[in-house]
Amino acid sequence: MSSRRDFLKTAATGAVLLGSQSKLGLASRLDQHTATGKSKVVVARDPALHGQNGQLDEKRVLALLDRAIATYTGHARPVDAWRHIIGQAKVIGLKTNGLGGKGISSHAALVLAIAERLQQAGIKPGNIVVWDRNARDLEACGLTISTDPNRVRCYGSDVAGFEDQPVAFGSAVNVKLAKILTRECDMVIGVPILKDHSGSGVTFAMKNMYGVLERPSDLHGGGCNPGVADLNCIPAVRHKVRFTVGDAITAVYDGGPGFHPERLWQANTLIVGEDRVALDQIAWQMIERRRAQAGLPTLEAAGRPPRYIATAADADHRLGVNDPKRINLVEI
Amino acid sequence: MKFNTKFCLKNCAKNYLIAAVAVAIVAAGAATGCKKHHSDPFPASGAVAGWQKTSESRTFAAKDLWQYIDGDAEQYISAGVVTTSTSDYKYQNTLEATVDVYTMGDAAGARKILETGTSDAKPIQLGDAGVTYAQSVIFRKGPYLVRIVAYESTPDAQQALLALAHGVEAKL
Repeated sequence: MSSRRDFLKTAATGAVLLGSQSKLGLASRLDQHTATGKSKVVVARDPALHGQNGQLDEKRVLALLDRAIATYTGHARPVDAWRHIIGQAKVIGLKTNGLGGKGISSHAALVLAIAERLQQAGIKPGNIVVWDRNARDLEACGLTISTDPNRVRCYGSDVAGFEDQPVAFGSAVNVKLAKILTRECDMVIGVPILKDHSGSGVTFAMKNMYGVLERPSDLHGGGCNPGVADLNCIPAVRHKVRFTVGDAITAVYDGGPGFHPERLWQANTLIVGEDRVALDQIAWQMIERRRAQAGLPTLEAAGRPPRYIATAADADHRLGVNDPKRINLVEI
Repeated sequence: MKFNTKFCLKNCAKNYLIAAVAVAIVAAGAATGCKKHHSDPFPASGAVAGWQKTSESRTFAAKDLWQYIDGDAEQYISAGVVTTSTSDYKYQNTLEATVDVYTMGDAAGARKILETGTSDAKPIQLGDAGVTYAQSVIFRKGPYLVRIVAYESTPDAQQALLALAHGVEAKL
């Protein structure tokens, strides 16, 4: 339980973060979301995403992204679809995941495709910030570090630093958040990569936010439960991270979160949506199906079910829904 | 008795010199590591045919291992990892690989990690025990657990990785 002081601190931070136009945009989105009664998740596949030589086809990545976003938003033109997603946001962060190293990190082709569409939707290049923990993680994605304000920026918290003032929610105490999240972006699009995780079972939309922490290791206890859910309830994370373009182009179904080539599979898939809990629920099931194909036990049997997903959906967190009956899964 | 100042100075200087050399030898031994586990396990560029070392070596204490492998750190910590060193390599400009050397508290810790491997691993004679996959080699030797992973799949990847693994093993 967080103390009253922590609660006030958190609430104060949230109030500042929710200021200006983004508050109205977010509120209206949440209302729409509630009205439908179901959380929409689009799973888009292209079996030819990797060519015969095993190389990723960048044009097909862009085309797959367009299909996924068009299906999600109902807008055929990418520019309309992205305007619908970003709303009034001016500075948009793309939070990648490069922790696993070169072989199992968010793909640069996908990140750059999103950045291209954001620019076409009216976001200035310098108002797009691709970020992660540090330069090494970003370079693992195949990205190039840049702080040039006239180009899409790309740098980590090793450059921008962390807040001195800690915030808290539940078990996530003394949390120091990345300044890129708290000060630079008014909206973040998560671009996680789908991985098995030796502690939490699965790492995808919500677990990707460990990259905003100065010390993510502090929240790894108990299979990251309730750490993942608590972290995502911290206002800056909860309210700014409003969309996810999940990278399941290549994924690891066992032995993660590090790079284990013998356990990779080219799923050639994107998983997109707003409801981070629903996204993780769908991603978890993808990993389970692939594990079954490989003759591996379920994550439950392996002793690491991603319990944080249900926790994130519970009454104390209300981050989204994990009940399959309440998820509108659209596969294309 | 006449005090021979010149003789005394010469003798004292000689004694000091001997003592200084002895201290230097001891200090050098401590610094470079008389024990093998203090030595650099990473072959230099060209030491293994075709392989170039492309990064500085980095070493993480157990408490900082999360900075390198985040959630993966837990399984190594529970097996008693003491330090982890890593370095990147490139083979003939076609294959990139990373070498991780985990120094465990004892051989049992290294065995524990190696035994978590998968059933499709192919056993190899390397160190105390080892396995290989198409793109990786894992072996243990005493308290060391070495994992070498290639980022590309090429026809000669496995053979090249094995050669590098032998190079590392020889330095442990």
